Amino acid sequence: MMIPDGIEDEDKWLTAGIAGLQQNAFYMHRALDTNNLKDALKYSAQMLSELRTSRLSPHKYYELYMRAFDELRKLEMFFREETKRGCSTIELYELVQHAGNILPRLYLLCTVGSVYIKSKEAPAKDVLKDLVEMCRGIQHPVRGLFLRSYLSQVTKDKLPDIGSEYEGDADTVMDALEFVLQNFTEMNKLWVRMQHQGPAREKDKREKERNELRDLVGKNLHVLSQIEGVDLEMYRDTVLPRVLEQVVNCKDELAQYYLMDCIIQVFPDEYHLQTLEILLSACPQLQPAVDIKTMLSRLMERLSNYAASSAEVLPEFFHVEAFAKLSNAIGQVIEAQVDMPIVGAVTLYSSLLTFSLHVHPDRLDYVDQILGACVGKLSGKGKLEDSKATKQIVTLLSAPLEKYNDIETVLKLSNYPRFMEYLDDGTNKVMANVIIQSILKNKTCISTADKVEALFELIKGLIKDLDENLDDEFDEEDFNEEQSSVARLIQMLYNDDPEEMLKIICTVKKHILSGGTKRLPFTVPPLIFNSLKLVRNLQGQDESVSGDESSANPKKLFQLLNQTIEALSTVPASELALRLYLQCAEAANDSDLEPVAYEFFTQAYILYEEEISDSKAQVTAIHLIIGTLQRMHIFGVENRDTLTHKATGYSAKLLKKPDQCRAVYACSHLFWVEDHENNKDGERVLFCLKRALRIANAAQQMANATRGSSGSVMLFIEILNKYLYFFEKGNSHITLDSIQGLIELITTEMQSETVTPDPAADAFFASTLRYIQFQKDKGGAVAEKYEPIK
Amino acid sequence: MVLVLAIGDLHIPHRAPDLPAKFKSMLVPGKIQHIICTGNLCIKEVHDYLKSLCPSLHITRGEYDEDARYPETKTLTIGQFKLGLCHGHQVVPWGDLDSLAMLQRQLDVDILVSGHTHQFKAYKHEAGVVINPGSATGAYSSITYDVNPSFVLMDIDSLRVVVYVYELIDGEVKVDKIDFKKTATATTHSAH
Repeated sequence: MMIPDGIEDEDKWLTAGIAGLQQNAFYMHRALDTNNLKDALKYSAQMLSELRTSRLSPHKYYELYMRAFDELRKLEMFFREETKRGCSTIELYELVQHAGNILPRLYLLCTVGSVYIKSKEAPAKDVLKDLVEMCRGIQHPVRGLFLRSYLSQVTKDKLPDIGSEYEGDADTVMDALEFVLQNFTEMNKLWVRMQHQGPAREKDKREKERNELRDLVGKNLHVLSQIEGVDLEMYRDTVLPRVLEQVVNCKDELAQYYLMDCIIQVFPDEYHLQTLEILLSACPQLQPAVDIKTMLSRLMERLSNYAASSAEVLPEFFHVEAFAKLSNAIGQVIEAQVDMPIVGAVTLYSSLLTFSLHVHPDRLDYVDQILGACVGKLSGKGKLEDSKATKQIVTLLSAPLEKYNDIETVLKLSNYPRFMEYLDDGTNKVMANVIIQSILKNKTCISTADKVEALFELIKGLIKDLDENLDDEFDEEDFNEEQSSVARLIQMLYNDDPEEMLKIICTVKKHILSGGTKRLPFTVPPLIFNSLKLVRNLQGQDESVSGDESSANPKKLFQLLNQTIEALSTVPASELALRLYLQCAEAANDSDLEPVAYEFFTQAYILYEEEISDSKAQVTAIHLIIGTLQRMHIFGVENRDTLTHKATGYSAKLLKKPDQCRAVYACSHLFWVEDHENNKDGERVLFCLKRALRIANAAQQMANATRGSSGSVMLFIEILNKYLYFFEKGNSHITLDSIQGLIELITTEMQSETVTPDPAADAFFASTLRYIQFQKDKGGAVAEKYEPIK
Repeated sequence: MVLVLAIGDLHIPHRAPDLPAKFKSMLVPGKIQHIICTGNLCIKEVHDYLKSLCPSLHITRGEYDEDARYPETKTLTIGQFKLGLCHGHQVVPWGDLDSLAMLQRQLDVDILVSGHTHQFKAYKHEAGVVINPGSATGAYSSITYDVNPSFVLMDIDSLRVVVYVYELIDGEVKVDKIDFKKTATATTHSAH
């Protein structure tokens, strides 16, 4: 057999066939126009002979067939006219059978048969029966299929259906059914026969051709579904069993898969629900190579959609015990097909799960059952490598999350965490992320330590490194996003009851501390702040009430806090730790725990001295220290003095002079606290400000020495403003003279040529002078104070 | 009429998971001309979110911000007003209005926006206005107890600015407004 030339030849044959067909059609038309029945029959028969060819593939044969079909319509019309002109239909019926070759003869017979039925000269059922049997004369698969397809097409509007004009006492729906079923059966046999024709090496070609023809066979099922008289009962008792019988008995893989799918798509969901058992019982009888899982998945999908379409249909589902039947069927299929790949089994369970969530949303036990069955299939296989399977598992596990929108429900599923064991690390993380996003999206609050424990078990892929060798695929951006999600999640773990909240905090702490140094900077801060919130809630609670060691009290929490922040030293994250220590110090201050506050300050100071060496970081850190210290009221004189002394010391030792200056004058506030009278030490305030002035001067001299011109007077203006601040607050050590002196100093400097012009400084000085004027304009005691200035 | 959103101290994800839903639904892209942010976002995701609301985004550095490149202070002019922006942890004592006024003089601005205390404030004095938009997420603060989520929207129209403050109290968004007028040399406060 020629292969490469084959296609070219086919086109040639097709062209030749069409030419022949058209030529004969031309003569046939002439005969029709002249009412020449004899010639009409002769040329039509010749025309139809083109369809006797064996040389065309189904695809090309179809082209030829369609042209013949169109021509036959004209012929049919002519036949109808003939019967009106006196020629009896029976006569015609006989006449056409004189055609020489059987194929043209049968096409003509079917065409007349159509007229015959329409004329009602004979019962429809008799004609139909005759035709369907006569077509047995063609056993060649392609030719036979097209012939029977023609028969189906010309008769489909003439079946003795309920309410049709062809229904009679003798003609019933059953006859229509018989006809269609028989045609279907014969067509399927022809179709299956094709599989075994020809040499083995052309199997692929044959299967391709078979696929091109499948709709011809399937059309019969469609016709069946359109028959009005076929109600549920008839479907269940006659149609389905007969069709399934043929499907099973033909033992052909291609046919079985296509036809089962056809049945599912063509007949209403209602019917499927009521005949579920019959349908499912056919499955184990099918050829092993048939892709049952896809078929079952599609069936479940349809039924799921049906359930979702209206609440009224749901009782039907319960009534027929759909879930149980489907569940069993799946179990059987999986058991029978030992070699089914994992992805297949998971897909099946996934479809069943979707079904269950639609039909029985309240039955968590069903969900758990499905998960359990699926996980059972996975056991013994270790971690999955197949990415399709893992993707499908993620879909499976995400379904309950999406349906219930509530992680607490999902946590109740005992088989859910077992799944995570079988996922590779990448997929574990994906799943963990899905879970976290679900919680964040629904703003679910997780309120007991047990649930937190269960949750963290589930998401452990993100909490810690499951596998030591992860470095190859580390993407920093992804990692940061992941860990930020975990941090957000920690905010959702909350309970009003302090005891339970403490348990939650301990659980979280336990998990995050084993998370490794990369994760701590993300996970520690949220835990710290959650704990500080709890401390605040506990404030005011009398300590003696909860004397029990294990109960929640601020002291215990501060111990926890200390331990947690300490863990940051392993990263190391000194700047963050310093900030957190200061936060805790403030909280301890508010809880009246002086030693604890002092301890936190000590830790912060140690970090400052030993770990924070970057100048910019030091400046920020010192302002945070000063700002925090300034707010502390808990310290006794000694402690306060030690801490203050250290702070001013650090300030004076900053690298850049301007930074030193600013930090030192900030320290002045440490000696002037509004709340308690005894914390207002005017002298030491002035001392600080003077020190700041000295530093500012030194800075000027340095600028002079190194650059030839003095730097800006900005620092002096800042210090002046501080002078005014304390002056206004009533610090008696700040004299009018000192203020006046400063103003003059600044004015002189600004007018001096050696000073670098600085518009910002000019503006600042201007606004400061304006401020002084405003104060004078205020009147009253304030104005009196300010009056003598300038 | 220029709308300026003043917002800050979100502390996502350290102290809060997200903006309150009611705020999120109000903050829609395309309605605001400028965003000034006091700092402490703290992560890039929040920066991107704010940027999506309005491309003209000005941020100063808070002490917990992941991005260390934000400036300590920033000034900008909108209409007839000069605005200054600073997180506020640098100004000691924290939250002290007189010290903030000093910063305002130093930056030479009519309106100073700063945060850190997580408490909404709008304070006028002869030389201008000091505004603290509070914490948009109601994040924990060592300085303020019972923080309600809040942000500020300023409507600047030549010499007049109307300050709208949005606060989420017990699940409901409450709005308040304050008027400020600027004359050529000084600002005056008009009661409303």
